[in-house]
Amino acid sequence: MRARRETIADIAIWFCLATMPYWISLLGGYTSLGTRVVVMSLTAMALNFLLGFTGVLSFGHAAYFGLGAYGVGMTIKYLVPSTPLGILVGVAVGTVAAALVGALIVKLRGVYFAMATIAFGQVFYFIAFRWNSMTGGDDGLSGWRRIPIDLGFKTIDILNDDKAFYYLVLICFAFAVATMAALLRSPFGRTLLAIRENERRARFLGIPVEQHIWLSFVISCFFVSLAGALYALLNNFADPHDLRWDQSGDFVIMVVLGGMRTFWGPLVGAAIFVLLQDYLSSLTDNWMSLIGVFFILVVLFFPRGLLGFLRRQEKS
Amino acid sequence: MTQQVLFSVFNGLIIGAFYALMALGLSLILNLSGVINFAHGGFLAIGAYLAYTLIPYLGFWGALAVAPLLTAAIGLLVERLLIRRLYGRDPLYSLLLTFGLAFVLEDGTRYIWGPSSLPFEIPHWLATPLSSDFFFLTGYRLFMMLLVCAAVAILFLVLNRTRLGMRIRAGSGDLEMVSALGVNVRLLRNVNFGLGIYMAGLAGVLAAGMLGLQPTIGSVLIMPSFVAIIVGGLGSLPGTLLGGLLIGVTSGVVTVFFPSASEAVIYVMMGVVLLVRPHGLLGEEGRIQ
Amino acid sequence: MSLLRVDTVSRQFGSLVAVNGVSVSIEAGELLAVIGPNGAGKTTLFNLISGFFPPNSGRIFFDDRDITQDAPHQRVASGISRTFQITEIFPELSVRENLRIAVEVASGFRLRPWLGQQASAQVRGQVDELLELGGLGAMAGRDVGELTHGDQRATEIMMSLALRPRLLLLDEPTAGMGDKETYDITKLIRRLHRQRNLTIALVEHDMRVIFHLADRILVLAEGKELAQGTPSEISANERVQAAYLGIAA
Repeated sequence: MRARRETIADIAIWFCLATMPYWISLLGGYTSLGTRVVVMSLTAMALNFLLGFTGVLSFGHAAYFGLGAYGVGMTIKYLVPSTPLGILVGVAVGTVAAALVGALIVKLRGVYFAMATIAFGQVFYFIAFRWNSMTGGDDGLSGWRRIPIDLGFKTIDILNDDKAFYYLVLICFAFAVATMAALLRSPFGRTLLAIRENERRARFLGIPVEQHIWLSFVISCFFVSLAGALYALLNNFADPHDLRWDQSGDFVIMVVLGGMRTFWGPLVGAAIFVLLQDYLSSLTDNWMSLIGVFFILVVLFFPRGLLGFLRRQEKS
Repeated sequence: MTQQVLFSVFNGLIIGAFYALMALGLSLILNLSGVINFAHGGFLAIGAYLAYTLIPYLGFWGALAVAPLLTAAIGLLVERLLIRRLYGRDPLYSLLLTFGLAFVLEDGTRYIWGPSSLPFEIPHWLATPLSSDFFFLTGYRLFMMLLVCAAVAILFLVLNRTRLGMRIRAGSGDLEMVSALGVNVRLLRNVNFGLGIYMAGLAGVLAAGMLGLQPTIGSVLIMPSFVAIIVGGLGSLPGTLLGGLLIGVTSGVVTVFFPSASEAVIYVMMGVVLLVRPHGLLGEEGRIQ
Repeated sequence: MSLLRVDTVSRQFGSLVAVNGVSVSIEAGELLAVIGPNGAGKTTLFNLISGFFPPNSGRIFFDDRDITQDAPHQRVASGISRTFQITEIFPELSVRENLRIAVEVASGFRLRPWLGQQASAQVRGQVDELLELGGLGAMAGRDVGELTHGDQRATEIMMSLALRPRLLLLDEPTAGMGDKETYDITKLIRRLHRQRNLTIALVEHDMRVIFHLADRILVLAEGKELAQGTPSEISANERVQAAYLGIAA
């Protein structure tokens, strides 16, 4: 019964995503807002791979998101005017950084892990902020654009055609989400659940816990840097604030808002958060404190998130 | 050159003292309650701005005495209303809550006192250099160093010599035990939180005298404080103090030779420390798991 | 040649010496019970053998190989698996999933991002076998967190068994259980020992259980060995009677 309902939910979600550019304007939105929702959903779901399914609290994912963004921007601006190559470089840079940082912090747990992830994230922020000549410093990296993709027989104009770009993002999203879903259903994925549920038991079952947490961290950051690269392409711009710790907080609240232990929860959370932020920032200059209040309310009254809440209702 | 290096070492010590003051407050709360207080920087800003508002009425010294106490009172209230509800839950939630609180506090300061930087008056005689050879050695800086030293000394005295302090330390090691001995843990955590916030408020007043007043004054200082805690060693207050001073001096010295790396260097340092000693310089091994 | 040889190990916590120069050997196919009053160092000894922490001094050999500094997962790979005094399971996963994870890790699949049909079927077969052996078939689909204490304990023992241990360490398997549950678990342990010829070391307080199961007994007191021998030797030992059994009776 539940399996069938989940299949229906899967189909509904994919259908909504696949048709979004055609109905979002009816609701007062616009295609690039939809693209932003998809990108942020990817980020939140990738973070949830670590947070919800491995039980490891990372508060520094913005760093890898930002590295993806700068990776693609700097590649296109200085090296090769090619979108796919840029994405590749962005993802590679973010993943390598995550592999290095991850190796340093896998021994830490809980709040200490969170603190170290935040603190390490700041290195990349300061590099982007200070390396003015290459990164544009505080003003961000501008003066480049996403390049239409040449397939040989046909050129896809992702630069001027918002819908084409949306579908490029959606394809990346689908690839990432399908990979994560498959991983979570694999023996490796089950070891991650085991670590989340009971690290001591996992260790004495013969799982080298640090190695698995490291892998999960790297996988999560791989997809987060992919999202970061897509985000920069969306804006034709890389912002140093994408790398900063407050951005990491936004990612975490998206996950919690939607429901940490659920697969699609972060997507719902990201969609709500993006729309809310879009709305609030057009409404008032003090939107930051409204977002802050929103954080507090979610934590106090909605800790299981939307989907977690629904699932609980269903169980009882 | 020598003078410049001396200058930057001294400067680093002062900055380090700030980090330490801030990080000690964070550490107190973290050790006893398991909460990373992201809003610590926000409280620091509140302390600074309260002092600014109070100076016309109470003068600098009066503001220095009263503003941190008021900040601590706000801290006690916040703990009682919000943070208390999250003890014993997944640390994720307290992180998110204090994170949101940091937004509210920073934006609130901006709303009340305005976004632009404000002048912060310190007594004239403190602002003049003591000697022409060491131009950087103003009375204020020296005074600040002394005050931080005194504050830290008093803190350690309180922790080591008073009943309250011993309970805080015992509770940081084994809370259940302390609770079983009949200590009111709720009250202990409340007071401890206030103590931590008091230090943030004090750091705020002092920082305002040196750096000037901006709504972001706190968020600039909070990350280095995290680094101080990690470098110094998780669970160890002397470690936190050491960590604060160490990263202050390091970034001060690096400023001379490679100014654009002055911020990043402390994170690199943290990486090195974690590589060599995963639990920090003076940390307890058990704390990390 | 002994399967496990513990050679004068000590472990200190601050000023407390929890285990003080203890030596013990376990022969293949044997069931050793470790007894002693609270704070005698029984669990610490198990923690040293399973690799929870290393000893401050002394060495541990398994199969004549020095494993003193091996990490827990390496010891599991060598063939040592354990249960805990307070049952350690994956509470929000079903019994089947709990066992499946153990079987997959034991089969060397822990890093596999996918599993072929044949391997899946093989895993499923082993899980079913364990479910039956532990008498857990009826509750395979339920979350372990919802089960009774006794069934949780049985799940934990089955998970340890899934690792195909050559030495199974059971830390107070009947702790906090009623008579019926104690009886069931005792029966299960005996079956594993007798039918499968499994080498077992267990910490236990319940004297009925100990004398029913043990081939040999190690008595600890205040971190040191008080006596070692067969159940009849131990019950006749005056020092043990004075120091331990006298108190317990």
